[in-house]
Amino acid sequence: MVDDRHIEILINEVYDYYGYDFSGYSMASFKRRVDRIYNLDGYTDFSHFLSRLRTEPHYFKHVVEEITVNVTEMFRDPQFYSVLRKEVLPTLATKPFIRIWHAGCSTGEEVFSMAIMLKEANLLHKSLMYATDINPLVLESAKKAMFPLRMMKQYSENYRNSGGTQDFSQYYIANYGYAKFDDEFTDKMVFSQHNLVSDRSFNEFDLILCRNVLIYFDKNLQERVLELFDGSLSNLGYLVLGTKETIKFSSVQHKFQQLGREKIWRKIK
Amino acid sequence: MEKNKVTPAFKALLIGGSAGSLEVMLSILPALKPLPDYAVVIVLHRKNSEDNTLEELFTVRSAIPVNEVDDKTQLMPGYMYIAPAGYHLLFEANGELSLDASEKIHYSRPSIDVAFESAAEVFGNRLTAVLLSGANADGAQGLVAVKEKGGTVVVQDPLTADMPMMPQSALNVITPDFLLKTREILPFVNNLN
Repeated sequence: MVDDRHIEILINEVYDYYGYDFSGYSMASFKRRVDRIYNLDGYTDFSHFLSRLRTEPHYFKHVVEEITVNVTEMFRDPQFYSVLRKEVLPTLATKPFIRIWHAGCSTGEEVFSMAIMLKEANLLHKSLMYATDINPLVLESAKKAMFPLRMMKQYSENYRNSGGTQDFSQYYIANYGYAKFDDEFTDKMVFSQHNLVSDRSFNEFDLILCRNVLIYFDKNLQERVLELFDGSLSNLGYLVLGTKETIKFSSVQHKFQQLGREKIWRKIK
Repeated sequence: MEKNKVTPAFKALLIGGSAGSLEVMLSILPALKPLPDYAVVIVLHRKNSEDNTLEELFTVRSAIPVNEVDDKTQLMPGYMYIAPAGYHLLFEANGELSLDASEKIHYSRPSIDVAFESAAEVFGNRLTAVLLSGANADGAQGLVAVKEKGGTVVVQDPLTADMPMMPQSALNVITPDFLLKTREILPFVNNLN
């Protein structure tokens, strides 16, 4: 069992050796993730775990991959996608060019969901989706545009519940247990590694989606990331968070107007 | 890490359950007496991750006021909190709730094990954990953690539970401080103060 002192040492060492700063992560969750990988990999002595992390960069990568949560799905929270489709996309449609940032995109399921909606709204041709994550391995996976075929039943159900009316299976080709999504989607995506903790704004966007990422950060880090988003949004651009995340109580709150009860905010200042 | 040194001064009552537990909760909610020293946290399994009807149902019925749970909501004694669907519920040392969308445990998110284990770390002997009816083994390991950290462990008597598997799974690995028949749960909670 990993204790609080171990976590403190781990955070310091990882920062010294690799420059990754986990000190602003939500401790309850971070500790649980570290404890999980520590047990999965069969450690009983924390110093062994630490020493391997220090000496094997490859193992460190693996641990980062396991610590950061990569659970995602297509059209997760269909109700939210329905609002995006009906209320946000029509506003973006008036723009000559649409820039979207998926911050913490994980294996890309939500990026492809967005691409499908853009195509159906006839906006894909003038859109560009920047998909970033701290974890290079999930980006490699996302780029391939391949998702387990067994998930497609659930995803097409989500898609229909979000107001999709097309035959979902037209968007992919089934092959060896995978659904390979059409190149016309990936052509409009740029994948790149970006650490919300330490990296800066890299463009101005009309829509930023960051769903279920801030929950892994403490309030101070959440505040910093919200400022980063604020500085990366065009005037009247939209910020989208997870269903239980909020900008309430943050310093940027007064610059945004919430869309009803949805976790969608429009930048008004 | 300074924040980890602060610990909440109040106590916590956690109630976990699955199939057959909602009926128990709905029967005791209206008759609850105020618990000014306790933050009451309910962790029930449910199907739809977009469903807010449980919160609404509890808010209407409960004699203890229900506060909505968002990520980093600050727990306060005297209030009730419902674990939102689709997230694990974790407890920070400063008394905030954290949400976590990682893998399901026992096919469940929220998982009762996760919530109990995390609360045990933060509240130690100021935690009372109650496990109700369910057709699943979630919660048993959580109760073990509660016990290890000095908390009070309460299990609904499987003989009186709609679905005995969950409380029985707990009894297989732990001896509770209180084994309560369904009708004994309300008086137990009301006597906590």
